[in-house]
Amino acid sequence: MNTLTEGAELAPQTFSVTRADLVAYAAASGDHNPIHQDEQIAVAVGLPGVIAHGMFTMALVGNAVAAWTDGAEVLELGCKFTQPVVVPADGAAEVTVAGTVKSVSEGRATLALMVTCDGAKVLGAPKAVVGV
Amino acid sequence: MPIDSTLVGKSFPATTPYQVTAEAVAGFAGAVGAATGDDAPVPPTFPIVVTFAAMLDFLDTEQIELSRIVHGDQKFHYERAVRIGDVLTATMSVTGLRQIGGNDIIATASEITDADGVLVCTTSATLVHRGGAA
Repeated sequence: MNTLTEGAELAPQTFSVTRADLVAYAAASGDHNPIHQDEQIAVAVGLPGVIAHGMFTMALVGNAVAAWTDGAEVLELGCKFTQPVVVPADGAAEVTVAGTVKSVSEGRATLALMVTCDGAKVLGAPKAVVGV
Repeated sequence: MPIDSTLVGKSFPATTPYQVTAEAVAGFAGAVGAATGDDAPVPPTFPIVVTFAAMLDFLDTEQIELSRIVHGDQKFHYERAVRIGDVLTATMSVTGLRQIGGNDIIATASEITDADGVLVCTTSATLVHRGGAA
């Protein structure tokens, strides 16, 4: 397990997101919003194209946190969805999760994260608190 | 069409109890690329499955189209990790409503409780109802 010490940098992790991933996530989560599947509907409601479920991106954050903390119990997880992750019909969007250990006290480590796609931040103030 | 401001403070009925099965957890974990297996923890975003059902009930009641909703923010605060075998229900309330640029910004909070009525997780979510585009 990584030692979660205050100020420690957490190695960035990159995840590929394809349209097939979104189809699988829709089935597993029950979120069948067509903006995550259907380009025409997504564009019709003013989006730039098919976008990943915000909760899919947040789940990737959960994966990164689990890897950094060797599966420590997550006490809090939160973010704003500030920019959509646009997923192309072919190929994949690449989402990178980076972070630092902001504080460690009283059995809790707070991780301040940065989540980007093509170099642009997609989540606002993503944060996780884990038990240590 | 703006959403009725009298919704603020309103709680919606608890969702139908949701049984957390090993199959559902494995399916969810597999779909997001999380660890799977007997010892793997339930992914921290899994409770969204329960709160999403509450949101769908809400959208249905208010006759809001799902395709016009995007997720504005999401927070989870866990009292304990979700476990396979849990029977969970979500109770959602609308905590705020404002209009920005033709969109309704709907703030919600949900409490997820287990079969004994004990709190497992509280969540908050902002739903952006995109009213602007045709």
